[in-house]
Order: sequence, then structure tokens, then C-alpha cells
Amino acid sequence: MDNLSLLMDGFGSVLTPQNLLFACIGVLLGTFVGVLPGIGPAMAVALLLPVTYGLDPIGAFIMFAGIYYGGMYGGSTTSILLNTPGESASVMTALEGNLMARAGRASQALATAAIGSFIAGTIGTLLVVFFAPALASVAVEIGAPSYFALMVLAMIMVTSVLGGSPLRGFIALFLGLTIGLVGLDLNTGQPRLSFDQPLLADRIDVVVVAVGIFALGEALWVAAHLRRSPLHVIPVGRPWMDRTDLRRSWGPWLRGTAYGFPFGALPAGGAEIPTFLSYLTEKRIAKRKGVDEFGKGAIEGVAGPEAANNASAAGTFVPLLALGLPVTATSAVMLAALQGYGIEPGPGLMTDQPELVWALLASLLIGNALLLVLNLPLAPVWAKLLRIPRPQLYAGILFFAALGAYAANLQAFDLFLLVLLGLLGLAMRRFGLPVLPLVLGVILGPLMEFRLREAMAISGGEVSGLWSEPLAVVIYVVVAIAVVAPLVLRRVRPAPAAVAEELDIHTHDEEKVR
Amino acid sequence: MSTPLDTPTTAESPREHPGPDRDLAQLGLAAALVVIGAYTVYDATTLRVGFGDPVGPRVFPYVIGAVTVVLGVLLAIATLRGDVAEAEGGEDVDLRQPADWTTVLKLVGVLMVTVLTVSFLGWAISGAILFVGAAWSLGSRTLVRDVIVGLVLSVTSWYAFHEGLGVILPAGILDGVL
Repeated sequence: MDNLSLLMDGFGSVLTPQNLLFACIGVLLGTFVGVLPGIGPAMAVALLLPVTYGLDPIGAFIMFAGIYYGGMYGGSTTSILLNTPGESASVMTALEGNLMARAGRASQALATAAIGSFIAGTIGTLLVVFFAPALASVAVEIGAPSYFALMVLAMIMVTSVLGGSPLRGFIALFLGLTIGLVGLDLNTGQPRLSFDQPLLADRIDVVVVAVGIFALGEALWVAAHLRRSPLHVIPVGRPWMDRTDLRRSWGPWLRGTAYGFPFGALPAGGAEIPTFLSYLTEKRIAKRKGVDEFGKGAIEGVAGPEAANNASAAGTFVPLLALGLPVTATSAVMLAALQGYGIEPGPGLMTDQPELVWALLASLLIGNALLLVLNLPLAPVWAKLLRIPRPQLYAGILFFAALGAYAANLQAFDLFLLVLLGLLGLAMRRFGLPVLPLVLGVILGPLMEFRLREAMAISGGEVSGLWSEPLAVVIYVVVAIAVVAPLVLRRVRPAPAAVAEELDIHTHDEEKVR
Repeated sequence: MSTPLDTPTTAESPREHPGPDRDLAQLGLAAALVVIGAYTVYDATTLRVGFGDPVGPRVFPYVIGAVTVVLGVLLAIATLRGDVAEAEGGEDVDLRQPADWTTVLKLVGVLMVTVLTVSFLGWAISGAILFVGAAWSLGSRTLVRDVIVGLVLSVTSWYAFHEGLGVILPAGILDGVL
């Protein structure tokens, strides 16, 4: 129970009045920004990065934890009340959630989402407490070749397995790797792709990349396609559940958590698959019980996917803290934030700065609890935010994006880069390029080059040094399976595609109803 | 030999009509990828290789640049075969209307004004201009309210960063006033 006592130490360093205040501010800000239409969790965290600039690391972490869970919860509120999910992970929540809201059960939908998020987030974070240190103690042992292989695995997973079009995934990844090249070469100190600009030779700040691609790119894309007809917002009272709702929710909450955590914890990452699986499972169980309300607003269809989503979000902290690998857009932004504090997530983090890690994990648990306490009563207030006039809303996003990019280094040149990256983000949305591989390329590219050179220096320039460790070989085999298996499966069993199609038809009907 | 060559041409012929099933703008993206990749490779050739470093500073740019060029070519081929980008949806996005690029241009213009003026006008003024300009570009016509909101936002953020976070944003021409 060593981990538990370390966690208690973490609570000890976090539980000061000042830090609790930071946690409250973080939860409120995160929910506030996350509820705003058009802002997903990744963008919420990116926009709020500058708020933590002046804080010490522990204060900043606890605020992040609040922002993180707040942003996630805010996103699900929007998808339930507007039926327009801001990100792929809340598509499943939106399906039944919005039907419930239209049937006059918005309060129950929000309540089951909030409590489900809390349960899944807490169980998920506790699992991180047990898994991450174990993984990290293994990870310290692994050498540069295996580490290089792991990064290849993360990139392949995110680009070709999760996305819809592998070609577009790889285009985004290599654009990101190219951006990651900009700046001084680590070993020889020569500037690469810097066009003789000293400010470029300093490398492009990851915060500027994240804000540019997520916030500015999205705002410009929305500006090009702004919906002129107002959306219908469903009024909501204070969230509550009666005993029947509770009885119907707890099973989906736990099953959703069981689906979500492993997917988040594996480098395969992402919340799309577990939320989808949870939705299908709950639908099947409901059918067997003969109380199938799916398609008419089933509470199980909100409780399960929402728990899966949050458990997966907690799970992403395992690869993030133990290996330094971000597998979702939001965790990529979190990684950028950690780097801003000179903290290099990776195998060494758990042993080098244990007090920070345990403080972060304790912060996550506290943030999660505060989220429930603050947001159940505040839901009607948040729902009002959905009516903000759009010109002012997006002008505000541009304002805070510029502020965030500028405050990082106080360089007007960063603002110029922000505009360029915003235009790139716009182009990516226009051409259907996924955003996550690009950010992953920017963050992991330089690390990957560093590990490659280390591995090759150890082996004295022998390429075989790259698979000199057994673990590295295993990982390359996994990479090969990850690339080949989907191709084979698609040929052998078209079943999953058919299921997805059926669901597509379902969503299509939704559109028509609206 | 003429028969096997003819068959694909006839099979392709229905697609010959340039229509909405081809996304020709995507060729621009493909071309950009080729240029970026080629420049990355060229840039790497100008680097000196150090000692005792079997990989050197060139290998990564070579690989990344070369793959980027290949991806550009693949995208061009896919585009000509009728591959269409699936544009991203969202909460406030209405893809049924044609894109409104004028608004985007206005917003970029407003942002560039901020880039150019922030150092000497200071954040309090440049930030307010950014908010008002962006809101106006997006179709807001409540100028007075926007100016008030913009000024409150920028002055508050200046003080919040100054007092709360210890980050001193430039005061510009308001130096001494704030």
C-alpha cells in the first residue's frame, strides 16, 4: 500500500486553503469555457494555459486538474442540450442525451452525466495511482531503442488506427514532425528550417502551436461556416435523479468505466471506441431486459458512454505520466503544459519528481469531487451560456487565444506564428486532416530524434541497435499487427462497419428530426 | 494490348465530368506538401555533420521531407481518383452553406493589426481593437457595447496578469496610466 501513502502525502501538499481555491477556480473556469459552444476540452485547456503562468507547479497542477475535468463535463453539457457534440468522444452521449432533454428529462440526463463522470473519474484516477508507478518502474529500465519504438507505436496508433483516413492522418503527422524540426539541432546547435530568424531558431513554443491549431483554427473554421439560424436550446432545471434513474444508471456507470479505462491507458488511446462499445452494450442489455428505451431517450445511453469517456480520460494519465506519451488531444495539451514547467514527462518523472506526480494525482481526485459539488447546482447557469451571441463569443475566443500565445513569451512574433498556425488549423479542418497527429508530431518528433540518436550512439552507428532490446522487438511486432489487422479484419468480417452504418442511419434520422 | 488499356478508360469515363465529386482545391494542399517536403530536404543539405554522432542532424529532415513529398503525391493521386475531404462539423458549423472566406480574411486582417500594434499600443488597446474588430467582422453591429466589452476584457486581463500572475504585458502608450 505504498502507493496509497504516497497519495496521502500528495493530498497533504495539495490540501491547503490556497490550493483548494485554485482547484475551485480551475473547475469553474474549465466548465465555463467547456460549456461555451464550439469549445471542446482540448481547446478549453489550451485557452486556459496562460492562467497558470504565474503559479508554482503544484498550484498550477491542481488548477489544471480542475480545468481538465471541468472542460470535459462542460463538453457533455453542450452535447446533451444542443445535440451538437464538440468532439468525437461525446457523440454517443449526445445521441440519447439530447433525446432525453427533448423529452423533458434534461435534468436527469445532466445528473447521470455528472455523477457518472465523477464515479468513472475517481475509479479511473485510483487505477492510475496503482498502474502508473508500476509501469514507470518498468519504464525506467527500458533503453533508448525501446523508447523510440514506443513513440513509433503511439504515432502509428493515433494516425492509422484511430482516424478515418490513414493517408490524412499521416499527412497531419508529418506536418507536425516538420514543425517539430524548426529550431536548433540538439547536438550540433545548427538552426533547421529557421529562415535565418533567431526567434524561429529558438523553436516554436508548443503552447503557440496548441492554441493556434485548436483555438484559432477552430474559430476561423467556424467563422467561415457560421450557422445563421439560432440553435434550439432546451431549458433546464436543477439536475436531480429519482430512485428508478439511479437504479438504471449504476450498472452503465461501472460498465462504462470498465470499457473506458483500458482504452485510455493503452497507447491505442482515445474515447471513441469505448464510448461506442458502452453504448452498444447498454442497448443490448436493455433489449434483453425488455425495457429498451433507446431511440426515445434512454438514461443508460447517457450514463454508460459518459462514464466510459471520463474513465478513458483518466486512463490517458498512465501513458502520459509513465511514458510521456499523450494519446488524446487534451492530454497532448496537458503534456505541453507540463513541459512549460520544465517537467519532462517520461520514465524518469515518477522517480525524479514524485511529489509533483502525487500532487497531480491528488489534484485530479479533488478536482473531480469539486466538479460534482459545484456543477450539480450550477447547471442552469451553465445552460444560459449556450445563448451567448456568436460574434462576441468567437471574438472572445480570438482575444483569449491571442492573449495566451502572447503572454507565453511576450513576443509579437509569437502572435504572427499564431496567425499562421491558425490558418493551418483552418486548412486542416477544410481538408479533413485530423488535429491530434499533428500535435503529437510536434511534441514527440524532437523527443524521437533525441532517442534515435542516443540509441545509434550506443550501438556505434549500427542500425541493428534499434532492435537490440527484446521489448523493442515486441513493440515493432505490435506495430505491424496494428497496421495489418484492420486491413485483414475489414476483409474477413464486415460486421463492425455494418453496425457503425446502422448507427449512422440512426444519427441521420436525428438530423432530420432537428 | 489495346483492349486492357481501353477498359480502364471506359470505366473512368463517367468520372471525367468535373463535378462536385472531385475536390480540386485538395491539389493545392498536395502541391504545398511537395514544396514543404522538398524545402525540408534542401534545408537539411545545408547542415554540417558533426563528429561522434552516427545519425547527425540531417537524417530526420531527410526522412520527414521525403515522406512529406510522397504523401503529397499520394494525396494528388487520391484526389484525381475522386477522393473528397470530409470537412469537420461542429456545434456552430453549418456545412450546408458555402464557405464564407471574406469573414476569415477580415479576421486575419484584424489579427495582423494586433500583431503589428501590440508592442507600441500595448495590450490594453490592441486587445480591445482585436475584440471589437473580430466581433464586427463576425457580423455584430452593436459597436458601442462591443467597445465597452473589449476594453473591460483587455484592461481586466492586463491587471489580472500583472497582479495575479506576475506577467507584465506591455502597457504601450498607456504606460503610467495603467
